Amino acid sequence: MHNNKARFLAAPYLLWMAMFIIVPLAVVLFFALTDPSTGQFTLGNLSRMGNHLQTFGDSIWLALVATVVCLFVGYPVAYAISKASDSQQRLLVMLLMLPMCMSFLLRTIAWVAMLEDTGLINRLFNAIGFGPFRLIRTPGAVVLGMVYNYLPYMILPLHSVLAKLDKHLIESAQDLGCNSKNVLAKVILPLSLPGIIAGVTMVFVPAVSTFYISQKLGSSGTRLIGDVIEEQFKQAYNPNLGAALSLVLMILIFLCMWIMNRFTDSDEVLLV
Amino acid sequence: MKKFNKIFTIIVFVFLYAPIVLLIIASFSGGRGLNDLRDFSFHQYRELFRDRGLMQSMLNSLLIAVLSSLIATVLGTMAAVGIHSMGKKMRSVVMSVTNIPMINPDIVTGISLALLFVFFGRMFRINNIMGVFTILIAHITFNLPYVILSVMPKLRQLNKHLTEAALDLGCPPAKAFFKVVLPEIMPSIISGGLMAFTMSLDDFVISYFVSGATFETLPVQIYTYTKKPLPGRIYALFAVLFTLILLVMLLMNLLQLRETQRRNRKLVMPTNDL
Repeated sequence: MHNNKARFLAAPYLLWMAMFIIVPLAVVLFFALTDPSTGQFTLGNLSRMGNHLQTFGDSIWLALVATVVCLFVGYPVAYAISKASDSQQRLLVMLLMLPMCMSFLLRTIAWVAMLEDTGLINRLFNAIGFGPFRLIRTPGAVVLGMVYNYLPYMILPLHSVLAKLDKHLIESAQDLGCNSKNVLAKVILPLSLPGIIAGVTMVFVPAVSTFYISQKLGSSGTRLIGDVIEEQFKQAYNPNLGAALSLVLMILIFLCMWIMNRFTDSDEVLLV
Repeated sequence: MKKFNKIFTIIVFVFLYAPIVLLIIASFSGGRGLNDLRDFSFHQYRELFRDRGLMQSMLNSLLIAVLSSLIATVLGTMAAVGIHSMGKKMRSVVMSVTNIPMINPDIVTGISLALLFVFFGRMFRINNIMGVFTILIAHITFNLPYVILSVMPKLRQLNKHLTEAALDLGCPPAKAFFKVVLPEIMPSIISGGLMAFTMSLDDFVISYFVSGATFETLPVQIYTYTKKPLPGRIYALFAVLFTLILLVMLLMNLLQLRETQRRNRKLVMPTNDL
């Protein structure tokens, strides 16, 4: 009896989410399917997707590269942290979370300054007799910006899985004659799959939809889909086209998530 | 291998902190910009505290973060308790909707809310609908899942028999909730609320789309500044915020440490008595 009443405690939340999650998505759909000037139903906005195919492709490619780099850089770090003592782990996790709480706009601006032709990195190269290299306004700089901003989002879920890993499983594998390479490949990696999936999602989604990083570190050649969407709302003012682009981006991401979740048995997606 | 891992980790942390260190050094510089560091001075800090606009948006950000995280914590905790007592099917539907703002890119969440507000504005003929309320609604919306996802696992771990025992002993359900369930789930409510607070304080993308000229949060104002060469007081602002967040984090760490120490002592005590 008690349970039936407790259910109604969720009512305000359900109302809120219907109003501010479901209805807004319906509004996006509505804008995507109507003409900006006449307000009539049209597929015109969606048919203009063809012009932005290249941008979609570039965004997915750069975000994918950044995600892979984050995974390969993040995994050893998460592993090293999970091996430290409890108090050290707590400190290191705090040090990972600290940059996440600081304005990513300003931290990206600091990278702009460091990567400039006369910036810190080129001056260092100069001092040892190399360069100057063209670093800023390249696809590489955009990937660097993505890796820099989203690396903690990869390390944290990996660490939380690795720290909880049952040590007896590793020991028994070793006792049964498994060498260290096989322990990693057959025991540790498969068990940390939920962390990998969570980390990949938490890096890929913001990276593929970013507009600030590409604005500051990229050039006109690395305009990403986030930049195009932002322009529709803040400059060109064509919210209908922007809504259509957002709709396609959203469907794309949900598709990726669905495919990725096929790879794991658990139906629960681990977040944070 | 072990040594390599350690050195690699140190390099990664240097990579993460290099821009932060550069910004903090720049806050004490009398030069122009991040590549012209010279003449140590506190000039930028004096400028910062004289800048009414920046101070105002800092207060705005704090106000929104406090209000939105408080409202989200109350609504979200209620929701978690409600969802917990739902049937399996209903629960999985509600949790899928809860996950939407977590999975959706911020830009899509921001735009969908912006379009909703524009739609409202047209319907009720409100000019300049974007302001404090649109930002507050947006922040509550993206904060709610953090609270729910933090409280739900704790509720699942809870010993059901404790509540049943309280009810059997004649405790009314509401009192049983406040006396038995709430103290148990309090730590995860607090950590969910704190997470919501930091998310709200730091959010740029969603706020950017739902804010107007009348009410700007700090990240949105910083964005306007980054379109031109940055004035030096912004670096001072960064350094001040860094110090504040560092202090808060150290404090939380310390509290956590004392909590675990106390718990360990409690666990050890009975065996000592024997």
